[in-house]
Amino acid sequence: MTTTPDSFSYPDSTGHFGPYGGRFVPEALVAALDEIEAEFTKAQADPAFAAELSRLLRDYAGRPSPLSDAERFSEHAGGARVLLKREDLNHTGSHKINNVLGQALLTKRLGKSRIIAETGAGQHGVATATAAALLGLSCTVYMGAEDTRRQALNVARMKLLGADVVPVTTGSRTLKDAINEAFRDWVANVEDTHYLFGTAAGPHPIPLMVREFHRVIGQEARAQVLERVGRLPDVVAACVGGGSNAIGIFYDFIPDAGVRLVGLEAAGDGVETGRHAATITGGSPGVLHGARSYLLQDENGQTIESHSISAGLDYPGVGPEHSWLHDTGRAEYRPITDAQAMAAFALLCKTEGIIPAIESSHALAGALDLGKELGPDAVILVNLSGRGDKDVETASTYFGLAAGDLESGDPVAGDPA
Amino acid sequence: MSVLADVLARSRAEHRSALIGYLPVGYPDVPTSIDAMIAMVAGGADIIEVGVPYSDPGMDGPAIQAAVDPAVKAGVGLRDVFAAVSAVRAAGAVPVVMSYWNPLEKYGVGRFAADLAAAGGAGAITPDLIPEEAGQWIAATDVHDLDRVFLLAPSSTDARILSTVAASRGFVYAASTMGVTGVRAAVSDAATTLVSRIRRLAPEIAVCVGLGVSNADQAAEVAAFSDGVIVGSAFVRCLLDSPDAAGAKAAGTLAAELAEGVRRR
Repeated sequence: MTTTPDSFSYPDSTGHFGPYGGRFVPEALVAALDEIEAEFTKAQADPAFAAELSRLLRDYAGRPSPLSDAERFSEHAGGARVLLKREDLNHTGSHKINNVLGQALLTKRLGKSRIIAETGAGQHGVATATAAALLGLSCTVYMGAEDTRRQALNVARMKLLGADVVPVTTGSRTLKDAINEAFRDWVANVEDTHYLFGTAAGPHPIPLMVREFHRVIGQEARAQVLERVGRLPDVVAACVGGGSNAIGIFYDFIPDAGVRLVGLEAAGDGVETGRHAATITGGSPGVLHGARSYLLQDENGQTIESHSISAGLDYPGVGPEHSWLHDTGRAEYRPITDAQAMAAFALLCKTEGIIPAIESSHALAGALDLGKELGPDAVILVNLSGRGDKDVETASTYFGLAAGDLESGDPVAGDPA
Repeated sequence: MSVLADVLARSRAEHRSALIGYLPVGYPDVPTSIDAMIAMVAGGADIIEVGVPYSDPGMDGPAIQAAVDPAVKAGVGLRDVFAAVSAVRAAGAVPVVMSYWNPLEKYGVGRFAADLAAAGGAGAITPDLIPEEAGQWIAATDVHDLDRVFLLAPSSTDARILSTVAASRGFVYAASTMGVTGVRAAVSDAATTLVSRIRRLAPEIAVCVGLGVSNADQAAEVAAFSDGVIVGSAFVRCLLDSPDAAGAKAAGTLAAELAEGVRRR
């Protein structure tokens, strides 16, 4: 479809992106969501709020994040020019800090003293615990019991930062159950507690608010690419779990009709195996965690457990704006398997000296394919949403690096595409 | 014309509250859960909330999730729910479905309403559907003459109380505490305040109160200011403690105790 000015003004006043989004929540949360919406609207119009957030993003988080030309990596991408938006260099190691600082400041404006959060890989939990420490808020993070085991390092980081980490043992004991548990806490403690949701999903106004706090990624990157290359990129690529880094980098490119927006979903063992987290590619519209969007569900409307080597993409839902961008054709969504992502991970390590998050490696794998499709004249902007320190153990196991020798795994020898 | 409003009016004519018991279908298995519902009817429950198992019951506490998880894994679906609805109806009580929204949307809203009406259900309670999102559901329940029960909470504004009551038919469900379902030691003050606000703003609609009641004394306390006393987790607990025929019988015994509670003057 062609981009109209209208597609830049979603959601509508009731929080809908076409048929997606909205509020599918218990009545007990409606007042809190209304309160957040009102305060967020006021904050957006308040120059003092913008100034304080900008100051924190610059002096604390380290923005603007750089744009790196990935010259040696590009040789494996059909010679296309691959540019990396370096969100991995932000404080706490991912894009998550943008949203967390914004919402933590908002929590203070709401007069609340406690924040709660869900986390999968631990990146959002660490970012939330960080902002809580910075702003003097108490913090509880819900994390699936499976994930606390897989991501023990991040559990320790959150505890060092003063957060309580609650392992969730209900349901599938992963991210979706951590979200359920956080919602339960919020319903019971909504008077003094803000639920600092980590992705651009959930009930209105959360998808809108999280997008607005991450828009800075796309705003910076668009200007940086124009300055560096002298034109807009042909493609913007980003990994999509819930979709916060992707909507953050996509949003300011939506009116640029010539720029392809490509979201890379986690295909796990392959969408055809059923063991994946490719919600848009392999799912269908329904309601989960407070909004209508694509989700992985069975014939009874029960959520199906997702599978991905990347804990941060291992989620059976996706933000409603991505569902809308998919249906309207403004963005396209492609599956990337664990194997493709890990090959791209290894390639970036060896060609650029950057250890990427496994989440972001899905976007890198997508860029390798897109470069080959488009050829050497193409410019591909990749959101490198996080760094891979947290993934070293997973990668070592995956590549069989018992002795810690990357050569022995020789991952680059495999076809990275 | 509302089946739920009628049964609540009959209870009121007897100078008592109605007893409304919840159980999810399919724990420990479909037949035992239906037997337990029938035992609850025999014990004196006026209305049975027939629960649809759901993988992500964000509004429920640990007891209900513990019962629902195995039912979800076993593939219990709306066909089983309609069987339970018919059995409750045959046993002489009024069945109303309690479901999170996605299972109903996946089944098809119009198809669900038609099949529920055919099974003898009075309507449905939808804890994560607010009237603003309920256009299709309101249309389907009008077509099939079904009741639709929305929730109100202590944090609901006066304006939302009025708009929610306007969208509801049968009764409104007052969630008496801020929090998830589960047995509580004391009935919250927030419940009486909420119910009196609803009565003042919308005296025409019946108000039933849920969340936390587990014994006859609490039932009597809630009955004193409501049209119906909703009990869920305490019935589920009977089956969690004894997932068999004895548990189903215990649910019936509990219903008899609570039925005495809602009749105290």
